[in-house]
Amino acid sequence: MKTNIISVNILFLGLAVLLLACGGSDKGSNGALGSSIAEKVYVAPGERDEQYAFLSGGYSGNLTVYGLPSGRMFKEIPVFSQFPTSGYGYSEETKPMLNTSFGFIPWDDLHHPDISQTNGELDGRWIFANGNNTPRIARISLSTFETEEIIEVPNSAGNHSSSFITENTEYVVAGTRFSVPVPQKDISISEYKENFKGALTFIAVDQEHGHMDIKFQILMPGFNYDLSHPGRGKSHGWFFFSTYNTEEANTLLEVNASQNDKDFIAAINWKMIEEYVNNGGGTKMATNYAHNVYDESTHSATSTMKKEVLTVNPMDVPGAIYFLPTPKSPHGCDVDPSGQYIIGAGKLSANITVHSFDKMLAAIEAKKFDGDAYGIPILNYDDILAGSVQSGGLGPLHTEFDGRGNAYTTFFISSEVVKWKLGTWEVVDRKPTFYSVGHLMIPGGNSRKPHGKYLVAMNKITKDRYLPTGPEMEHSAQIYDISGEKMELLYDFPTHGEPHYAAGANADLIVNNSKKIYRLNENNHPYGIRNPGDARIERKGNEVHIYMSTIRSHFTPDNIEGIKVGDKVYFHITNHEQDFDVPHGFAMIGQGTSELLVMPGQTKTSLWEPKRVGVWPFYCTDFCSALHQEMQGYIRVSPANSNIELSWSLDE
Amino acid sequence: MKTASILMILGSILLFALFFLPMWNIRLGAPQYPGPLGIDIYINGLKGENEFDIQNIDGLNHYIGMKTLPKPDDMWEFSVFPKVVGGMAVLGIIIGFLGLIDKIPAFWFLLWFVAMSTLGIAGIYDFNLWLVDYGSDLDPNAIMKLVSPDGTPMQYNPPLIGHKKLLNFDAYSYPRLGGILMGLGMTLTLVAFFLGRKPVTKTKV
Repeated sequence: MKTNIISVNILFLGLAVLLLACGGSDKGSNGALGSSIAEKVYVAPGERDEQYAFLSGGYSGNLTVYGLPSGRMFKEIPVFSQFPTSGYGYSEETKPMLNTSFGFIPWDDLHHPDISQTNGELDGRWIFANGNNTPRIARISLSTFETEEIIEVPNSAGNHSSSFITENTEYVVAGTRFSVPVPQKDISISEYKENFKGALTFIAVDQEHGHMDIKFQILMPGFNYDLSHPGRGKSHGWFFFSTYNTEEANTLLEVNASQNDKDFIAAINWKMIEEYVNNGGGTKMATNYAHNVYDESTHSATSTMKKEVLTVNPMDVPGAIYFLPTPKSPHGCDVDPSGQYIIGAGKLSANITVHSFDKMLAAIEAKKFDGDAYGIPILNYDDILAGSVQSGGLGPLHTEFDGRGNAYTTFFISSEVVKWKLGTWEVVDRKPTFYSVGHLMIPGGNSRKPHGKYLVAMNKITKDRYLPTGPEMEHSAQIYDISGEKMELLYDFPTHGEPHYAAGANADLIVNNSKKIYRLNENNHPYGIRNPGDARIERKGNEVHIYMSTIRSHFTPDNIEGIKVGDKVYFHITNHEQDFDVPHGFAMIGQGTSELLVMPGQTKTSLWEPKRVGVWPFYCTDFCSALHQEMQGYIRVSPANSNIELSWSLDE
Repeated sequence: MKTASILMILGSILLFALFFLPMWNIRLGAPQYPGPLGIDIYINGLKGENEFDIQNIDGLNHYIGMKTLPKPDDMWEFSVFPKVVGGMAVLGIIIGFLGLIDKIPAFWFLLWFVAMSTLGIAGIYDFNLWLVDYGSDLDPNAIMKLVSPDGTPMQYNPPLIGHKKLLNFDAYSYPRLGGILMGLGMTLTLVAFFLGRKPVTKTKV
């Protein structure tokens, strides 16, 4: 449509464009005067934001989609949590998405979204996210904005240094925060040292469909692997993980894991390990983990249990792993756009440590080691140090980049964002956050080419920022304009759940791939129907399958008889609309699950187990049209021993 | 006469554009359809501007009890129009060719133009009849039965050309490239007649 629309109504549209163009330039010139901060975040009604921001929901288990610079929320994408709004995790099709080796787990703690890359630049195909609690990695499509795949990570616990991707999306990487016995066994917790391992998992990504498959797991010493980032550019092929608790304490960690002056950043040459594995290296270990894949054509997910994982002992690949001493229990582990600098944010420190990739290689080359930990060489801190940022703040956590030679680090304890220069390490600017900032995000800020115009600071504490809502409040976020030398606070907006990180991209990378509908003629759901004429009901014992279709504004069929108490009734609803943004909902009285929200061309299934005799209504939950209120139907439920035959009708 | 005949042939060839390009277009925009729904009218049938526009227009029209939009087999016009247009194009090319080899005078160009214009006007008349019939022959059990201010049942036919407000919809009806090329072709044949009317002098070449 896009191009055709314009051709005929040139007169009308031409005039409108002219008016808009004038309005736009006026706005721009005012903004250039720097007089109005409000105009910088004002996206006029009907206009659209410049950038997408995908904020993790933390303990909501979901991912939220925002616009920048407006801070408007567009969508909540269910990932690891059941979501009654759409029926995700409730519908028969999506229940398998939440299957794990622990059974059906309806919740997780979603931490670190990361957008797929090609040549170190965002490519807008998928976004990955980790479930922290029951270790899982999810892949979300950026054409449907739906979760398409979830893979469980075995031998991991507290899947925190995840889900960061290599610069061609070769791997999505998942590191364990808690070391655990591998394989799990019944031993005393006090036997932590020597017996517990930290698994770092490299999950290969199929470039065509995005499907994930665990390639190998490195069984590292029993430290806590906190965060990670890929090398890029010159350091492509390496991956860096921050660690804490190199003391290997197993109790009162806040004291006992804070004793060493320096912990490590683990530098892992994954290309070397990949080669080792490709040549038959590694040990297959029996295990059990779920791999759940949603198929867009059948609109259904399947869950497969996998029984084996390939593990790698670091000792078997000498020269592939080194420890970079980094002060004060480093949290953030970030790599600058050039791939030269590895930034470790010692969370109990005032300063930020910057390691040099070149110096690291030189020290490795010269074999200048300062001992080893479990056989893994430790490099000399002074040999690899590029510089240290004397920040003047306290509690650095995370760093992102603007692509113009500047880095921005959040300080949790002193509650601020500090801007500093790569190479000179001088602090250029600092701005307060409200309050206790955790993560920050610059769209593309974790790639070779940041889209460095806005910075979003995601805070842990809200206090007085908004009208009070009782003891529990949403967290607050701030948007800063970072296009100038000094940062400028633009806007403050609440976020949903607890964002632990975010990923963002210029809108034009994503907008054109966003689907409007699912094609009905490509619907291969086994219980889907492409014509209302195929609507029917089939009984198999006490299982009843209702093949039902919806179009504005009726269900086919809408009168059903012959259902009995004790039946398991499956409503398979196919939405026959092929019009953008016309979903239909489905709700049945006494439904033990959630409603369904069925997109055009899609089929979803809800299970209903009638318990009482009578005539019971169902209806459309989405205000689909002017006759939405008429979109309803009845089901007659008879006693279990009744002889009433199944029958169904519409307008008879 | 040579130039005139070539123009006659070119003008006639342009009619073939109607076999590939839409002749006319009707667009329906509404608050909830900011990207309007559109019907491209070809000489052999209707096509949505976007894949599902026809289906979606039919879906909306069912509220007011309108018939579904015609498929090619539902209207004789869609099988006759291609024959008429194709025939006239071939005839025009033959006339132009005969003019080129000086077998017939330019008057034939005018005759062709008049014939084509007559057929065109008949076609437009027929098109308008269809629009009116379509917009007024409504299902008596329609969901929405609206009346005009004068008390007569509301009619929903889009305009023959131009803009018309239909409830929440703005309907626009305009020629598309196929129709424009046909008009250009016919104009060329008329120009051909005026050019070819006078004997060609050597200085003019």
